[in-house]
Amino acid sequence: MKAVDIIKNGLIKENPTWVLVLGMCPTLATTTSAINGMCMGLATAFVLLMSNIVISLLKSVIPDKVRIPAFIVVIATFVTVVQLVMQAYLPDLYATLGLFIPLIVVNCVVLGRAEAFASKNNVWHSLLDGLFMGLGFTWALTLVGMVREMLGGGSIFGYNFIGGNDGMLLFILAPGGFVVLGYLMALVKSFQKKS
Amino acid sequence: MAKKAKSSLINMLLSLTVIAVVAASALAFVSGVTEEPIAQAQKAKKEAAVKAVLPTFDRLEETTIDEVPCTKAYDADGNLVGMAIESKSGKGFGGNLVAMVGLDAEGNISGYQILETAETPGLGAKAGEWFQKGNKGDVIGKNPAEGLKVKKDGGDVDAISGSTITSRAFCEIINNAYAIYQKGGNEQ
Repeated sequence: MKAVDIIKNGLIKENPTWVLVLGMCPTLATTTSAINGMCMGLATAFVLLMSNIVISLLKSVIPDKVRIPAFIVVIATFVTVVQLVMQAYLPDLYATLGLFIPLIVVNCVVLGRAEAFASKNNVWHSLLDGLFMGLGFTWALTLVGMVREMLGGGSIFGYNFIGGNDGMLLFILAPGGFVVLGYLMALVKSFQKKS
Repeated sequence: MAKKAKSSLINMLLSLTVIAVVAASALAFVSGVTEEPIAQAQKAKKEAAVKAVLPTFDRLEETTIDEVPCTKAYDADGNLVGMAIESKSGKGFGGNLVAMVGLDAEGNISGYQILETAETPGLGAKAGEWFQKGNKGDVIGKNPAEGLKVKKDGGDVDAISGSTITSRAFCEIINNAYAIYQKGGNEQ
């Protein structure tokens, strides 16, 4: 497998949100604004990168029957690190995302890549896979967040362009999340078919 | 591909134990490093809120009344000019709503700041601005002696459109704070 293929897989061809459709809970819950979506994506990307590296290093010493608990311990460790660091140095961000950070542990993107990729491939490829799957997840969440913030609040990244914050409220609420995600998914699919 | 370790009891036991121990020590280390910044960040947030909700003061004194943390503010002559009370309500739409409420010497609301909220973005989450001075639900300067209520319940506070539950919880927070304020006043 070539490094270029791994990068393409993560960002587009096997994008965790648009193609694999994994980790929908944080995708829908945290994308009420572009900045929230992006930060959640980056936090997940960091965990994914670190856990992929560690799991790939440990793959030959972890017996098959206990691989899932072993993976979860590794993932949970990195998630807790992210949570503590965020709480200490980015308290404002933690106030909005705090609730969802512990949920990265059970995000199927992370465990999915550990199981499907890192436990079968070498460290260098696992590192690439973790990083670019994470970035693929990040750009997807940022895009959903941007569209929802734009339609729901009339701003992008907190920059208000309609003067007032009375957008279509539906898009900030949960149903709007599903609607936006559905349309964006269809759009991305149609682009992929063309190319 | 490297050969996998066999799933024998001893292998499973060993590998999980080692992973857990390494993970625990790593976390202990990170927790030790971040403990102080976390405490500082929380303290800074509270102190900023106390200053923002009180009228001009000269000296602050922290106490607790009925286990609720509050800060009394005095002027240069030692007269009480106001009190900041950390008040909460469990009746918010998304769970607990916690706010720092400032009351002046007459018991009028001098300011408030939301500390913790899980209200709906775009609706209840507006509580942070909605009830501030000059906004639609302005409560600053009101006296909650008779109990603050939203208009729907016969009071005179404009509820946030579409968020009556949050607005009710907010009124409860103010009323709780006022109850504590009165207890604190009697102790003087």
